[in-house]
Amino acid sequence: MATTTFREAFRAGLREALAADDRVFLMGEDVGRYGGCFAVSQGLLEEFGERRVRDTPLSESAFVGAGIGAALGGARPVVEIMTVNFSLLALDQILNNAATLRHMSGGQLGVPLVIRVPTGPGRQLAAQHSHTLEGIYAHIPGLRVLTPATLADARGMLAPALADPDPVLVFEQIALYGTSGELPDDAGPVDISRAAVRRPGTDVTLVAYGGSLAPTEAAAEQLATDGVSAEVVDLRVLRPLDEATVLASVARTHRLVVVDNAWRSGSPSAEIAARVAEHALYELDAPIERVCGVEVPLPYPHHLEEAALPGVADVVAAARRAVG
Amino acid sequence: MTDPKDALALHTAMTRIRRFEERCVELYSAGDIRGFMHLCIGEEAVAVGVTAALGADDAVVSTYREHGHALARGIPMEALFAEMFGRTTGCSGGRGGSMHLFDAARRFYGGNAIVAGGIPLAVGLALADSYTARPQVTACLFGDGAFAEGEFHESLNLAALWGLPVVLCCENNRYAMGTSLARSHAQTDLALRAASYGVRSWAVDGMDAPAVRDAVRLAVDTARAGGGPCFLELRTYRFRAHSMYDADRYRERSEIAGWQEHDPLGALVADLDPDDVAAAEAAIAEEIDAAVAAAQAAPREPVADLTRHVLAER
Repeated sequence: MATTTFREAFRAGLREALAADDRVFLMGEDVGRYGGCFAVSQGLLEEFGERRVRDTPLSESAFVGAGIGAALGGARPVVEIMTVNFSLLALDQILNNAATLRHMSGGQLGVPLVIRVPTGPGRQLAAQHSHTLEGIYAHIPGLRVLTPATLADARGMLAPALADPDPVLVFEQIALYGTSGELPDDAGPVDISRAAVRRPGTDVTLVAYGGSLAPTEAAAEQLATDGVSAEVVDLRVLRPLDEATVLASVARTHRLVVVDNAWRSGSPSAEIAARVAEHALYELDAPIERVCGVEVPLPYPHHLEEAALPGVADVVAAARRAVG
Repeated sequence: MTDPKDALALHTAMTRIRRFEERCVELYSAGDIRGFMHLCIGEEAVAVGVTAALGADDAVVSTYREHGHALARGIPMEALFAEMFGRTTGCSGGRGGSMHLFDAARRFYGGNAIVAGGIPLAVGLALADSYTARPQVTACLFGDGAFAEGEFHESLNLAALWGLPVVLCCENNRYAMGTSLARSHAQTDLALRAASYGVRSWAVDGMDAPAVRDAVRLAVDTARAGGGPCFLELRTYRFRAHSMYDADRYRERSEIAGWQEHDPLGALVADLDPDDVAAAEAAIAEEIDAAVAAAQAAPREPVADLTRHVLAER
């Protein structure tokens, strides 16, 4: 076991990928000389050189599209978009090319591309730098959408993402980059197809992903001191969604709370609630609870940003309502 | 003066495209082809000239007006008809239709229906070649409408900045759907604008197949030798409407007639032996009949396979 941060865990994954396969290169705004907007790629330019670590102009559509073309041409690009809000400038390329080329070509052309996207709130970055928009991408067939929320996932999702023959988007929580914890020295690749039960429990299932996992785990801890046994399911993968793990948990606990930093309307929490209603309605002993982001562009002031997001108390209150 | 044998080959290739598209119109009217269909009649010299300058290992990125590019690149006619009929033997398995023709083996990467959407892909394909020090070049075809999109400018900047082996072939037919260049661009000299990125740029008579081929060849040689991207403005004209749905009310008939006097097929035919031309026409008619018949007999994909080709099958 060693103490490490999310930033270092992501960087270790990148370094390993660059060292393992010459087809892999990094490309994005400030990934090289600057060391990464959030310092994730610091040192990699010095270590691997300008051929492998490429600074791009502020041209999201062009460099994401170029990543798609390079993947078609046999390379394995890892493209970083500075924040999730800016990814919308490349949404055309991601949706109309990366996600659809395989289908439109009748299976001839795959796009083995990884796109890393810092995402989420927590740094007072206001309404154009900190939203939780992963659900937009989870709506799109042809993509794989990953939301690492643990150090092991931060360290271990890149290798299988690069081995995937299809485009993979990795949404990295900005608020987590500096967070530290213990990671086994032999931490390696992780499964990028399944959700994970982070904490077993018997009374209520708490579903979370990405930035909502930490407050959800804290809520489960608090509930335990009150004698409520909460099971925490980390979705990890928003597309293709592993609904089986969620349904199995609900079948054990018979109560469901979905925690989501995204806006409630049309969010991944809505998808989870709908799937459980479709497939496990009669397992439920209480109405499904959703704890979501307030439907407002994220405000700058710290107290308002906090108030706009699901907090530990909100999750605890929802779980209490569910267990009656 | 073009060598007669060379002229006959170019003329035959262009005639093949025109007769193919004329048959497409009939099949569209009969309901065998559906969706949006964009014809390149009048622009055949671009398709034939660009592809003639490329090697088999080079890549082509195209737009939704790509029947001519696909045929000239060597995709079999039967696979193109079958694609437009939505049959499994289509070049995209029937999943794409007229706007999305693909052929991985021939390095033909679409078939992109988003204006300028293919340009970053072409830059990326060239990046992969440059990254791995392969001698291939990517030719990217797009219309003048793409010039109005930010993606074109972002891509040109990136290609120039990194000196990538991509040849940007702007098929300037003077209209972006129904809006003329003059009504949508403050500066209509496209080569001049492209040159501002430090990219070698020039304009070519796009109705002259040998001229297009020679210009693209020079650009391809430059790119292959490490000279970075080139931009070619291929000045051409479409004799037909933007798509089969377009009533074409935005152009004067006299303007179309004026351009038809510079028909790329007519430009070469004067020097050719009429018997050779007639023989080529007969062979093309036979090829089209056989291709349509085979495509019409091809199977439809079972609905049970609907969700195939979303992610890789494993």
